[in-house]
Amino acid sequence: MHALALPARSAATREHRDARTDRLFRLALAACAAFVLVALAGAALSMLWGGRHALQSQGLTFFLSAEWNPVEQRYGALAPIWGTLATALIAMLVAVPVSFGIAFFLTEVAPRWLRASVGAAIELLAGIPSIIYGMWGLFVLVPVMTVHVTPWLNDHLGSAPLVGPLFRGPPLGIGLLTAGFVLAIMVVPFAASVMREVFLTVPARLKESAYALGATRWEVVWGIVLPYTRPAVIGGIFLGLGRALGETMAVAFVVGNSVRLSPSLLEPGTTIAALIANDFGEASGTYRSALLLLGFVLFVVTFVVLAVARLLLQRLARREGR
Amino acid sequence: MAASRPARTATALYLRRRLTNALAIALSCATAAFGLFFLGWILWTLGRKGMAGIDWNLFTRMTPPPMEEGGLANAFFGSAVMCMLAVLAGAPLGIAAGTWLAEYGRAGRIAAVVRFVNDILLSAPSIVLGLFVYTLYVARSGGRFSAIAGALALAFIVLPVVVRTTDEMLRLVPAQMREAALSLGVPQWKVTLQVLYRAASAGILTGVLLALARISGETAPLLFTAFGNLYWSTDLSGPMASVPVVMNQFAGSPFESWQVLAWAGALVLTVFVLLVGLAARALLLRNRIAHD
Repeated sequence: MHALALPARSAATREHRDARTDRLFRLALAACAAFVLVALAGAALSMLWGGRHALQSQGLTFFLSAEWNPVEQRYGALAPIWGTLATALIAMLVAVPVSFGIAFFLTEVAPRWLRASVGAAIELLAGIPSIIYGMWGLFVLVPVMTVHVTPWLNDHLGSAPLVGPLFRGPPLGIGLLTAGFVLAIMVVPFAASVMREVFLTVPARLKESAYALGATRWEVVWGIVLPYTRPAVIGGIFLGLGRALGETMAVAFVVGNSVRLSPSLLEPGTTIAALIANDFGEASGTYRSALLLLGFVLFVVTFVVLAVARLLLQRLARREGR
Repeated sequence: MAASRPARTATALYLRRRLTNALAIALSCATAAFGLFFLGWILWTLGRKGMAGIDWNLFTRMTPPPMEEGGLANAFFGSAVMCMLAVLAGAPLGIAAGTWLAEYGRAGRIAAVVRFVNDILLSAPSIVLGLFVYTLYVARSGGRFSAIAGALALAFIVLPVVVRTTDEMLRLVPAQMREAALSLGVPQWKVTLQVLYRAASAGILTGVLLALARISGETAPLLFTAFGNLYWSTDLSGPMASVPVVMNQFAGSPFESWQVLAWAGALVLTVFVLLVGLAARALLLRNRIAHD
């Protein structure tokens, strides 16, 4: 009697215990997942909270004025906002065609043995820490810009109508154009590897049908691959844009760090991230608050860009049935 | 006459298509060369300038005052400590969150939201995370910079990387494995800990290594959390040196001994990051082969 009842009772308690542990386990994991949500919300709200003094004292002029004067407590963030947008735009102008070309090369043009090694090399470029890009930019690219590029731009584009003022400036080498170019070199590997991956999802039968009809490689990529993957390609571009907008160290080395709004891309400027990196350590009071508010602005802008990127990338993934 | 004109336009069209194709291929080769050219240029600069400072002193002596000789021992130590703490804090949390996504959240709406937010966190500007930890921790503790704050900022970078790889790797584990274990009456937590983690261990470790590679080169989140320190320090509640922050301070300086140290640090850092990345990729490859 006893010998039979004992295992049954212990089995029941064990089942009970297991069920309880399971519930606890599930709750603990769910709490960790919720922490991810809390982390992002916390990051946004803490900066908004820290920036409330600046928002109260400056109001809308924070976004509309270009006067950044910590001594007189006047903070207009137009210069860093313009710098952020301009450098990111320059970076994308260079990076989009280049990364599309690399993805085309890696999926259709290169012989099979070359694809793996060139692909790995491009991804190697993506793994290099961003501060190295900044140091390389300062020591190598800036002298090249000073001696060759800036004088050439001054001579050939400086007097052009409409875009002339953008390319007139002293041959300092540092500035928005240099920063944009360093960003472009950083963004290319990211955008190229995303594009390559989405190009590889195109069903082979679609491409082979086109080749069978006599289409050239370019026609296959432009007429078959690109229409099939368009949302994801744009998503990849936006992913690169998000990176370019928020990059700090690579920009801080070569942008010049001058909070002054200038029409020229060749004069020193600054970006939101570079300004925070340079000044936050010494700032206090309203100045610190203004920098936190700038951080919030940067966060909101990159959030929107990255959200668009993810939604576009998901569209292709959903079609793939993943 | 009437028959030859369409023939001629057909030839012209054919020629134009061939030409467009040749031009596109030439341009794509040029873009690939462009990418490789800058990779080569950066690595060459790094090797040439970095090798000059690589010697025994680099690893045994402290960061020097301007114009004097020294090394980066305290910075290497600080980086190692903070990266280790960040992985210790971020990885378990990330593995747990990733497990919830793969095993409980699955394809549900809440899981979709968490994945979306995690992806945003994954590519959020790292300086923003530095600001977050500053207001969260440093400002609360009286504006005192500390190694713990630095590690915390890095942990926020580790977290999304680990969440994502854990989620992906666990979903690769065949459903039969779960079903077999559950049909034996094994409780879910035991299935997860003893069956699923064992099957996906290489993949999860890959995620941790990728996160380590990423944080060891991060500068921006450390600037106003761990700050920096010219001396040897083991005090976790005080400012601590790290290789990227020292590079940031030394590279732009006019002192040659500082510049040499900055480049030597850059070389060691890059080699480390690339090796860890390579190890992660090799591990992933082996895991994939084992699954097939």
